[in-house]
Amino acid sequence: MSLAPQTGRTSPLLDETDRRLLAAIQSGLPLVPRPYAELGARLGLSEVEVMARLQQLQTRGVIRRFGVVVRHHEVGYGANAMVVWDVPDAQVRELGRCLSGFDFITLCYRRPRHLPQWRYNLYCMIHGKTREDVLSNLEWMVNRCGMQSLPHEVLFSRRRFKQCGAAYFGETPAAGSVGGG
Amino acid sequence: MAGSSATRRSTGTKKQDDMTDMQANETTLSDLERCLLNDFQRDFPLSPTPYADIAHKLGVSEAEVLGALTHLKQQGAVSRVGAVLRPNTVGVSTLAAMAVPNAELETAAALVSAYPEVNHNYEREHRLNLWFVVTAPDSARLQQVLNEISTRSGYAVLPFPLLEDYHIDLGFDLKWT
Repeated sequence: MSLAPQTGRTSPLLDETDRRLLAAIQSGLPLVPRPYAELGARLGLSEVEVMARLQQLQTRGVIRRFGVVVRHHEVGYGANAMVVWDVPDAQVRELGRCLSGFDFITLCYRRPRHLPQWRYNLYCMIHGKTREDVLSNLEWMVNRCGMQSLPHEVLFSRRRFKQCGAAYFGETPAAGSVGGG
Repeated sequence: MAGSSATRRSTGTKKQDDMTDMQANETTLSDLERCLLNDFQRDFPLSPTPYADIAHKLGVSEAEVLGALTHLKQQGAVSRVGAVLRPNTVGVSTLAAMAVPNAELETAAALVSAYPEVNHNYEREHRLNLWFVVTAPDSARLQQVLNEISTRSGYAVLPFPLLEDYHIDLGFDLKWT
C-alpha cells in the first residue's frame, strides 16, 4: 500500500538553526542580489549553509514548495469556494486523491465531523476567475470522481479579514505580509 | 463575485478587504510579471544569485526581475518569495469556524484577526460564517487561543484540525491567455 504523504506524524527533527532559518524566511526571501548571503548574515550562517539547509528541508518535505507565493485574488482569481462533503469514512482517502488531481484545487483535506452541527469530513478549496467558473469546475469534478450522490455544501468567501503567512514561532508576522488592502 | 452584500465601510480595519472591491489587476501585468507569477512558484533557484539566474533564463536584467518582484509584492499579487511548509511539521495549526450574527461579524472578526496566531480569516456564505486558521508553536498555545476567542467573543469555536492531506502542492497554474 502506498504511503499517504502527510499522515506520518513523525515530524522530522528540526534543529535550532533550521527553526531560526524557517522563521527568518517566513517573511520572504530578501529581494536583493545575494538573498541567501543576506539571510546568513542575519543568522550567523554562511551563504552555502543557508542554501544547503533550504535544500535539505525541501528534500525532507518540511518545505513543500519554495518559490513565488501568489495571492490568487489579486491576480484575477476573484472567486474562492471551500467545498465540503460528507463522505463515508472508508472512501475519504480515495475521493480526496481524486479531487486533488484537478489543477484548480489548491487544498484538499480530511477533517473531523462535528455532529450534529457539522456532518462534513472532506474539504477542498477551488479558485476561479468567477463564481460561475468555480461552479462549473465543481460540477465537472464531481462527475469525474463519481460524487454526484454525496451531500456537499459550497461556501464561497465573502470578506477577507486577514491573510498572511503563518507565524510559527510566536513572532509577529512580517510587516507587509498582511492582506493586500 | 460572491460578496455583493458587503459594502465599503470607512470604519473597517485596514486589514479587512472587501472582496468585491478588490479588482483583479490581471490586465495591468507586464509579460515579465506574468511569467514570474506563474513559472517560479516552485523550485526557486538555490544558487547564490537566484534573481540573476532567473533573469538570465528570461533574457532580462537582474534589476528588472528584482524590480518586478518588488512591484508585485507592493501590489499584493505576491505574498512573498518563500517557503510553503508542510502543515504541522513546524508548529501546529487548525482551521476553526464560528457562527456569528451578521451585525456582530465585524467585531468578532476583528477580535479573531488581532491574534498574531491567526493567519487567515474569512467570511464565508454559511450559517458558520467566520472561518480562520490558527497556528501556534505547540498544541497548548493553540488550545489557549481557541478558548480565548470563544470566551472573549461569546461564540462557540468549532475546531477542524487536519487529519489527512491529499493535495500535492505544485503551485497554481494561472493559465494566462
